Amino acid sequence: MASVHLPRSLVTLFPDPPPRQLELDAATVLELVEQLEERWPGVRDRLCQPGPAFREHINVFIDGERVGIDARLSATSVVHFIPAVAGG
Amino acid sequence: MARRVQLLLGTRKGAFILESDPARREWDLRGPYCETWPIHHLIRSPDGTLYAGGGSPWYGASVWRSEDEGATWTQSSEGLTYGEDGPKLMTVWNLTASDGSLFAGVEPAGLFRSEDRGATWLHVSGLRDHPSRPSWEPGNGGLCLHSIVPHPTERERMWVGISAVGTFATDDRGHTWEARNHGVRADFMPDPHPEFGQCVHKLALHPARPDVLYQQNHCGVYRSDDGGRGWTEITPGLPSQFGFPLVVHPHDPRTIFVIPLNGDDKGRHMIDGATAVWRSSDAGDSWQRLSDGLPQQDAYLGVLREAMATDSLEPAGIYLGTSNGQVFASADEGGSWRQVADYLPAVWSVETSIVED
Repeated sequence: MASVHLPRSLVTLFPDPPPRQLELDAATVLELVEQLEERWPGVRDRLCQPGPAFREHINVFIDGERVGIDARLSATSVVHFIPAVAGG
Repeated sequence: MARRVQLLLGTRKGAFILESDPARREWDLRGPYCETWPIHHLIRSPDGTLYAGGGSPWYGASVWRSEDEGATWTQSSEGLTYGEDGPKLMTVWNLTASDGSLFAGVEPAGLFRSEDRGATWLHVSGLRDHPSRPSWEPGNGGLCLHSIVPHPTERERMWVGISAVGTFATDDRGHTWEARNHGVRADFMPDPHPEFGQCVHKLALHPARPDVLYQQNHCGVYRSDDGGRGWTEITPGLPSQFGFPLVVHPHDPRTIFVIPLNGDDKGRHMIDGATAVWRSSDAGDSWQRLSDGLPQQDAYLGVLREAMATDSLEPAGIYLGTSNGQVFASADEGGSWRQVADYLPAVWSVETSIVED
């Protein structure tokens, strides 16, 4: 089971919000996003643009290494979704 | 039965609601809503639902919905896309409810329609199929579709306004569109009278006279008496041709309000730092300056295209929000004004709603 960490600014977009940290069994990051979408409809649109690919300012890391949407997961992967730090 | 007047505010950092009794003297503020996303437009549909349109730099464009006066919100952008091969949809600029449908004007310019109260969206693709579309270029505010003007009784008819592109009309519910810019100047173009490319800033009509359209343009204020097929300039009498919002009096189709700013290359703020709304009571033949109660010294305020509104009371209330975060209200059709909010994020839109308890 991969350990998935979601940002506060994402989970608060949903009336029945996902937990900030959860365990999911998925082979790739895309599959992980699809599992999130099944449980919290709309989450895929917030993280991904058509393609699908991650939105420009959404960074995803597996075990500390930045990855794309097709990256593979292991049973011990730690996945962080992190919006880019910016703004004013 | 108690009545409340609400000002629905879209701002650079969330949506807010100002609320008063019908005297419109004391106002209470609540918000911010929508997780402080940049919100271009907050409206209330005829069934009472609140909708907010905007876009997050991180999470993309979306339309928010609240059925409990803003206590809780959902948001969706399902279908709000040009697809994998199209341009990335940046944000929602305008929401307009009409005849059971909800329309969204977006950037890059396009029109979407929802038949299920914002849960899913359909692209009104006929507009972007117009042969002029490859030549559409963004203005300073982006390539945005900001004005959606449905015909009040004939649901197959609609006008839209796109910055730096112009006014378009459909008579077949969005399947085909026609440019309606004849008589409108585009001084910034090599040919100042092109078929399209005019920079409309706001488009409006009164439902009692739906073939009379008004527009505040980058290059003047105009009226059309034939559904936009021809336009007559009504700028003479105003101190500047440049401004953003234009609203029509709720009970008088010949009375309109604009806010002239100092010019497109001079900061786009109040002329000489003195705040004023200008009213015409004769469809643009003459103009009157309204400033009683508005700051007249060192007030370099800007007011954007969606940030002026009227209510439907008698006498009508007029409201404006500034890019500096103030809201000013008049309960007597612009005759006198008072500041009702300060220190808000930049106000991008003002709409009104009368709520019966």
